[in-house]
Amino acid sequence: MKAWLRKYSLLLPLVVWLLVFLVLPYCFIFIQSFFETDSFGKTIPGVSIDSYQRAFSNSLYIGTIFRTLIYAVLVAFLCILLSLPLAYWIAFKVKRNKTLLYTLISLPLWVSYIIRAYAWKIILGKEGLLNTFLQWAHITDKPVEYFLYSTFSTIVCLVYILTPFVAIPIYTAFEQIPKSLIEAAKDLGAGSFTTFRKIIFPLALPGIISGGTFALVLTMGDFLSPLLLGGPNTLFISNIVQNLFGTSNDRPLGSAVGILILLLIFLILGIAARSEKKLSSLKSDSR
Amino acid sequence: MNTTSLKNFLVSFSGIAVLLFLYFPLVVIVLFSFNADTVNSFPIQHFSLKWYSVLFRDDELLQSIGTSISIALISTAVALLIGIPAAYAMHKYDFKGKKLIDKIVLMPITLPGIVTGVAMLSFFPFVGVKISLTAVTFGHITFLCAIVVTQMLARFKRLDPYLEQAAYDLGATPSATFFKVILPNIKTAIIGCVLLCLVLSMDEIPVTFFLIAGNNTLPLEIYAMMRRGITPEVNAISTLIFIFSTTAILLSMRLNKEK
Repeated sequence: MKAWLRKYSLLLPLVVWLLVFLVLPYCFIFIQSFFETDSFGKTIPGVSIDSYQRAFSNSLYIGTIFRTLIYAVLVAFLCILLSLPLAYWIAFKVKRNKTLLYTLISLPLWVSYIIRAYAWKIILGKEGLLNTFLQWAHITDKPVEYFLYSTFSTIVCLVYILTPFVAIPIYTAFEQIPKSLIEAAKDLGAGSFTTFRKIIFPLALPGIISGGTFALVLTMGDFLSPLLLGGPNTLFISNIVQNLFGTSNDRPLGSAVGILILLLIFLILGIAARSEKKLSSLKSDSR
Repeated sequence: MNTTSLKNFLVSFSGIAVLLFLYFPLVVIVLFSFNADTVNSFPIQHFSLKWYSVLFRDDELLQSIGTSISIALISTAVALLIGIPAAYAMHKYDFKGKKLIDKIVLMPITLPGIVTGVAMLSFFPFVGVKISLTAVTFGHITFLCAIVVTQMLARFKRLDPYLEQAAYDLGATPSATFFKVILPNIKTAIIGCVLLCLVLSMDEIPVTFFLIAGNNTLPLEIYAMMRRGITPEVNAISTLIFIFSTTAILLSMRLNKEK
């Protein structure tokens, strides 16, 4: 067999599969976002920007996109806040068993999403662990209802699920900082906080940004946490898309909102990639 | 205590606290799976294995486990058959569009599951794949390709280049080289990859959610149980899944690290 023929026959199955079951579906929702719906809710092929007009003129759609973005920023911020001490501890304080601890942070990533979300139902429920504990310890005398089926529980669950995604790039960034640099700072009389602020944090910033971006993007696309733990008023943009493809059955509008989410995500990823690049080039200049 | 050791203590304390936060919910599930009571309240009064026996008499749940295992096995096998040759070609040859394939194959992981889910839901019927467990399997194969290609590509990169050269010099044909020299060398990585794929397929929700019709897969059956109300049976099945996934993932990490 000729080399080129061998090369393409090895690649062909994957390329065909991805084309039919991945690329064309993505192209199709783009096309479908320009379709129309008749008064019976049936999708009619066509070229119209009606869905986009409806998405932009109704605050339910455009407003929820922005609200979800704010939640996503909050989730990313909280994940970074939790990841910093965890990553710092493993990178700089732990001497032995570093690999074990690294495995311990990455392991929850692979544990079923539904189980990790379900755990918060047990913990935050009305008769759940936290409420019964608070009453047992006489801190409250009746259950706090707001703990579960609220935006609060949704955010808690997302932060819990996404923290490992954020902690890993931050830890990697910490490990890459030359130890000599940190020692030099200490030798010159900098305290550990000053060393963190002036040396460690700026050098780890690309890792922090990439971790935060993970959390931001994954929150934008999550529909399960709000579905499982959210209250009647907790609405993330993905839940709207899910509804438009389900009970509301307005696929053109659902596709248009889906495309808007994708565009927003590409924008976020683009900004993040640019700032990471800029920071790394600054870093190499200063060396 | 002087200030330096106090600072050290605070840093370690908050690090450990976050690590405990990551594991606390999982510990709670495991503990409450042995709770005799129907309510998941503090403190646990009596321990029992009651919920595990309920579990093994729940036909719907058992059926969903069967469904999930079949889907996981089929989609893992197909993803390996498509993914390994492609990863080998991407490692061995340079060609136009290599970077593009690399980007596209990762799309089910990098793009939000909801968009992938509704895209497949809208398009699959056009190529004759009805919304059913077959559609779910096709969806799983697609995202498992991302796992197989990245994992195997990483393994091929660590392969000693002289190994292949030596086989050719000794007159082996390209296919003999692949099956007799390369394949035995990447065996452990393939097993690691299989375990990873099985776990990911058994736990997948976002894509499955949109493509399913008829019988539930295991995570969707748990989802349905959760919607019906909290039953401690979910604790028991969750504990079993947790043990299964953890073992498989740790084994997979270990196998991937071997030379």
